[in-house]
Amino acid sequence: MEKELKSLSEVTIRFAGDSGDGMQLTGSQFSDTTAFVGNDLSTLPDYPSEIRAPAGTLYGVSGFQLKFSSDSVNTPGDMPYVLIAMNPAALKTNVKDLKSNGIIIINEDAFDKKNLKLANYETNPLEDDSLKGFKVIPVPISTLTANALKDTNLTPKEVARCKNFFALGLTYWLFNRPVEPTINWLHKKFSKMPEIAEANELVLKAGSNFGEVTQLITVRYNVESAKLEKGIYKNVSGNEATSIGMVAAAHKAGIPLFLGSYPITPATEILQNLSKYKNFNVKTYQAEDEIAGITSAIGASFGGNLSYTTTSGPGLALKTEALGLAVITELPLVVINVQRGGPSTGLPTKTEQSDLLQAVYGRNGEAPIPVLAASTPKDCFYMVYEATRIALKYMTPVILLTDAYIANGSEPWKLPHADELPDIDVKFQTETENFYPYSRNEFNARPWAVPGTPGLEHRIGGLEKSHIYGNVAHDPDNHDFMVKLRAKKVADIANDIPELEIEGDIDADLIVLGWGGTKGTITESVRRARKNGYKVAQAHLKYLNPLPKNTEEVLKKYKKVLIPEINLGQLARIIKSEFLVDVEQYNKVRGLPFKAVEIQTKIAEMLGGNNGE
Amino acid sequence: MENKTIDQEVKLKPKDFASDQDVRWCPGCGDYSILSQAQKVMPEIGVPKEKIVWVSGIGCSSRFPYYMSTYGFHGIHGRAPAIATGLKLSNPELSVWVATGDGDLMSIGGNHFIHTCRKNIDLNILMFNNEIYGLTKGQYSPTSERGKVTKTTPYGSIDTPFNPISLALGSKATFIARSIDRNPKHLKEVLTKANAHKGTSFIEIYQNCIIFNDGAFDDLSNKETKEDNVLEMKHGEPLVFGKDNNKGIKLDGFTPKVVDLTTGEYSLDDLWVHDEFDESQNRAYILSQFHDNPNLPVPIGVFRQVNSPTLNEELEKQIKFQIEKKGKGNLESLLFSGNTWEVE
Repeated sequence: MEKELKSLSEVTIRFAGDSGDGMQLTGSQFSDTTAFVGNDLSTLPDYPSEIRAPAGTLYGVSGFQLKFSSDSVNTPGDMPYVLIAMNPAALKTNVKDLKSNGIIIINEDAFDKKNLKLANYETNPLEDDSLKGFKVIPVPISTLTANALKDTNLTPKEVARCKNFFALGLTYWLFNRPVEPTINWLHKKFSKMPEIAEANELVLKAGSNFGEVTQLITVRYNVESAKLEKGIYKNVSGNEATSIGMVAAAHKAGIPLFLGSYPITPATEILQNLSKYKNFNVKTYQAEDEIAGITSAIGASFGGNLSYTTTSGPGLALKTEALGLAVITELPLVVINVQRGGPSTGLPTKTEQSDLLQAVYGRNGEAPIPVLAASTPKDCFYMVYEATRIALKYMTPVILLTDAYIANGSEPWKLPHADELPDIDVKFQTETENFYPYSRNEFNARPWAVPGTPGLEHRIGGLEKSHIYGNVAHDPDNHDFMVKLRAKKVADIANDIPELEIEGDIDADLIVLGWGGTKGTITESVRRARKNGYKVAQAHLKYLNPLPKNTEEVLKKYKKVLIPEINLGQLARIIKSEFLVDVEQYNKVRGLPFKAVEIQTKIAEMLGGNNGE
Repeated sequence: MENKTIDQEVKLKPKDFASDQDVRWCPGCGDYSILSQAQKVMPEIGVPKEKIVWVSGIGCSSRFPYYMSTYGFHGIHGRAPAIATGLKLSNPELSVWVATGDGDLMSIGGNHFIHTCRKNIDLNILMFNNEIYGLTKGQYSPTSERGKVTKTTPYGSIDTPFNPISLALGSKATFIARSIDRNPKHLKEVLTKANAHKGTSFIEIYQNCIIFNDGAFDDLSNKETKEDNVLEMKHGEPLVFGKDNNKGIKLDGFTPKVVDLTTGEYSLDDLWVHDEFDESQNRAYILSQFHDNPNLPVPIGVFRQVNSPTLNEELEKQIKFQIEKKGKGNLESLLFSGNTWEVE
């Protein structure tokens, strides 16, 4: 049957199924292939914290959304155009987000009495009018998967596990993408289980062939390659980018990397990744708890290693006391906090920006720490590199904030060459003459004198130390001096970081100020608002402590400042208290990234009547 | 070259290991004796001074690093084993010593202690056990006996104390010993043995807090009583104690019994012969429980020491093996690994 090939500039699709259906894998394979054919893209994995919630339940639904385009992509899309629903629960929880007239590919085999009941459907949505506004494509995916595998020796359970690749194959066909990258991946991944690799290949091809022959689908779509800058690319998630960035920084610094960490969602992947890089002289230490994670890293930093600890909100809370120790001992350390929904255990697998105040202020005593934030998945690479540079140059702990959204989400990354990365200087003290552990260089950093170096034996610790000499000191004036010196050392880093850049309409009345993982969404909403005729400026903070030197100057240029955050206004609070400027907040704390339309609407509302449509 | 360094180090005197800081423990504190024995041991272990590091937590005992002229790190409450672990992993050539107390190690640092033991990190942990919180001025500790009246137990403690030796055994520590501040000769011997052991060495040191728990170990250190109350374990020798070694320990099944060696009913041949290298933990566990039985003497010396791979050596081995297998990590190939594509 001849099919029509329609061209689209961008598409948002969502895969949804049981948490055991392999939706994350399906989504990431589709993303990799889509990146491979040259589209720009952004992804949003969204899964429950249960590993295998009871099958068929609403709370067990796992989703993976991505937007791909022939143009540049800033967000994983507000509303999907295509939904792949593997069961009634997946349909029920996701159909409300779908664009009207959107396409739903449904595994109709899963729409039996039991599953319909689990999803609280009183009647079968495939048989009533409830899906009238959509193009529904019911496909007996389970049956067709079993048919494709009838000549293999797989158990029924193994057969059932292949059905996501039928859906993937069909989706590849629908969007005119090749199956080969996934086939290559399968054979690599299952090199020791060739029968599994072959079964999945069979099913993948069966899915693709089904598209070719079925009468249910008459149109397929093509999204042209994006005009990306020349270079070699790979699709990278934030956690992957962070992991590679750490290795790169240690490599450039020329010292061994030590990671003391404790598994915690959504940061665990970084510890897992680094534990594979032993041949880069990477030492990973899975500690007994969060506190031992950071204190072992502090010990390793004293010993002259480049030390990291990785965590998420509740873990950062546990590390609080040790952060103070790193501040007073003035040892280099990078703490990576992949933020998730809080408070307490909160929403472990969902995103939030609610640890900003914890990172900037959350310690006993006056304990200033530089705080940086990555804004997109690939930016995690550059920001962990930058956090490392600052930690080593200023002999200070640094906190890098990422979040579940950019940590799990991915985007194409134009790979930098190793020799293009800036050098990171490390100078260990070896000179014994006039050595004092708390003497200072021009950046107020103290010397890094590591055990094993003859003649530099000295003692550091959590008690206040005398200026220059580093002996225990309870002297009031010395304490006052040291508190102020530590504060100044960190504040002066403002001289060593880029200024805040204004994008969009510099002469607008309104500037949208964001930080961290909302960059893509804010950029998209500002782009749309401007397209609709509004004048809007945008700035995005990657340095939260100290703030860029020109922050106040930038903000005071504008009549209105809008700060959208996935918290209750933590940056807004900092900005107001630092600069006494009035700001408008936009806060939603749903465990999900903003939708561009939400910020776009807020912009229009703020500029309503005087500057727009 | 290496020999020369060692020769130089041998020439160092105990006083070369004293820092220029005034020692600020209370006059008469048992910590002085421990400090002095540590300073005597340091020149004899064959490690250059710059490779020795003392790490501590919080408490009276934890001021220790400030009084040593080696490298030192005064950490935060309970975390000394974790800090020391990171330090040892960062540079396995260092000789890392931990000075801690019963509150620091058994209470707030309990988790770090048990995991350090099981991971067998090559550290020497000296736990100064005075059975009281000294630096906070006299509250009961996890090793204070039941019924003890302190500032926070005005009607007597209702807590069951830890037996640190049993706990260390249960945590798979590979070197476990006990000594007493008032027996400097013995303490020095134990410290020397602990240093020679590869892996986590745990030494419980009974230490008298002259202000808040004075006399807690008098029975074990007073001339008149110590012979009857202290059992000095010696490898390969029968367990004897008392005046002129007139008593011994006989093992009846799992039950240790004190026997009189003067009546002629029992001879040395009937006694339990101590084997500190015993692969099985069972006998060491029975010995560890003597402390909790008022009818038995308190053992000092090495309860057990066994060889077992240390985490620090295993980590180094893994790194070496991976470098041999995959070649030294190449950043350019790491960046360009995985599913890449080219935009032209």
